[in-house]
Amino acid sequence: MDAWGRGTVICMSIIRARQLVHEYIRRDEEGNVESISTALDHVDLDVKQGDFIAILGHNGSGKSTLAKHINALLTPSEGTLYVDGMDTSAEENIFPVRQAAGMVFQNPDNQIIASVVEEDVGFGPENIGVPTEEIWRRVEESLAAVGMTKYRHHSPNKLSGGQKQRVAIAGVVAMQPKCIVLDEPTAMLDPNGRADVIRTAHELNREKGVTIILITHYMEEVVDADKVFVMDSGKVVMQGTPRQIFSQVGKLKEYRLDVPQVTILADLLRQSGINIPIGVLTRQELVEAVLRAAQIS
Amino acid sequence: MSIILDKVNYIYSPDTAYQIQALRDINLEIKDGQFIGIIGHTGSGKSTLIQHLNGLMRATSGAIYFHGLDIYDEDFELRELRNRVGLVFQYPEHQLFETTIFDDVCFGPQNQGLTKEEAGLRAFEALRSVGLPEELYYQSPFDLSGGQKRRVAIAGVLAMKPEVLILDEPTAGLDPAGRDEILDLIARMHRERGMTVILVSHSMEDVAKYVDRIVVMNQGQVLYDGVPREVFRHYRELEKIGLAAPQVTYLMHELAAAGLKVDAEATTVEEARACLMEALTGVSSARRDIHRE
Repeated sequence: MDAWGRGTVICMSIIRARQLVHEYIRRDEEGNVESISTALDHVDLDVKQGDFIAILGHNGSGKSTLAKHINALLTPSEGTLYVDGMDTSAEENIFPVRQAAGMVFQNPDNQIIASVVEEDVGFGPENIGVPTEEIWRRVEESLAAVGMTKYRHHSPNKLSGGQKQRVAIAGVVAMQPKCIVLDEPTAMLDPNGRADVIRTAHELNREKGVTIILITHYMEEVVDADKVFVMDSGKVVMQGTPRQIFSQVGKLKEYRLDVPQVTILADLLRQSGINIPIGVLTRQELVEAVLRAAQIS
Repeated sequence: MSIILDKVNYIYSPDTAYQIQALRDINLEIKDGQFIGIIGHTGSGKSTLIQHLNGLMRATSGAIYFHGLDIYDEDFELRELRNRVGLVFQYPEHQLFETTIFDDVCFGPQNQGLTKEEAGLRAFEALRSVGLPEELYYQSPFDLSGGQKRRVAIAGVLAMKPEVLILDEPTAGLDPAGRDEILDLIARMHRERGMTVILVSHSMEDVAKYVDRIVVMNQGQVLYDGVPREVFRHYRELEKIGLAAPQVTYLMHELAAAGLKVDAEATTVEEARACLMEALTGVSSARRDIHRE
């Protein structure tokens, strides 16, 4: 059984891309092709059901294009993409794909439509004809899952950015997706809002088994992911655990990325001759390493 | 010379059921040549505050003085204030509109009354200073990457030669390299031209690295105002109002709490390295090295 009480589907990869290509074609006024830019360039990618995945890449590397493919907002120019076993290029699969893979965007203000929080969360299920009683049950469960139950009767526009974003996530959760794609969900939030949204994503992953695909520019948000994909020029150029990825500082810089602050500090200390292991990712790890080096423990 | 705010209050929708006091008795002095960071959670009044500094919003009560002149005085030229205090909004690339990058950057200075030639010179200078490759100048701004678009938008404000540059979250949504490029550009403007810079940011790490003074806003009031290490000393209070300290500051506090004799107030990676080297090797040369750099 999955988190929403449905029978188990035997499907290891929730997302499976094979030689996926996306071309943005620009045409002039007569409809002649002016230019073609390749946003996804033969991408092979597998995401296991239940994983917490992070995708890194500079602006224009193809991350958001990939996200839009997972939600069938875009369809392949070449190659194939399967979401929960469904080919996204088949027209009849568009709505089932969107139900399987929900999407949360950067700006919460563009995603909230109702004037009361609980109505906003219920909009999705209502739209696909879920019976009223079931809608309320889902609204209840979704708001609880993102920790926003006590704001259910509030107006969304009185909420903080992080709270709005959690309402947007609840709206997606109410559709009972197997997978949620979050495209830079914290870019506009203050530190508290950022932490709340990331914690919520981890809880959904842990407690409901929802596959999470987090696209972000904040390296600190990635350290707890199961797997990290790095994109550049429409290709997946690195993949591995956060530790494997963040131990390659030079390569990441080439791709216009960075490593968490504590990793930078750990590297600087090691270069100065302090005995600090390679691949420190969290504050806790660096605290322990420094205390060991100072022989306090 | 400076900008002085004296008991500035601002109330949204006064005398209605929706009345909200966005600024409460703000007293601030912004001295020429300072690099100031403004932090505060969403809705704390940061954006309202900066829009008062160039007269886009008018205080409900209180006074603002620009170089000693009351900006609400009848004879005061608000237009002149807006020329001298440049404001870069959040996601400024959404405001690009011309057919070429060059024309877009010319718009501001031309609007100030400069001739086409003068405006063109300003545009060249501004585009060069933000480091945009020359071959792009006559292309459409809409074909650029996110980071490049933002640099063009900033160039549009720089071309007006402001004395004070205010930026509202200039790095939101940019990749790490894009973020560093924009912040380094701003720091260079500050250093080389002595421009006063006011940076609104949600990144405590960026603020700690670049600014020399932090103003913390909470519920429309100034909660703290000081150098980064003073302000981040209050990290527990900052957490209560939706903010935080830089990662390394937490690290140093945790190490100090575990018994390591270390200065716990470092706010940047470089400071933390120097303090830790001193604590671990007993030699403070690392610190001196930093200062020499």
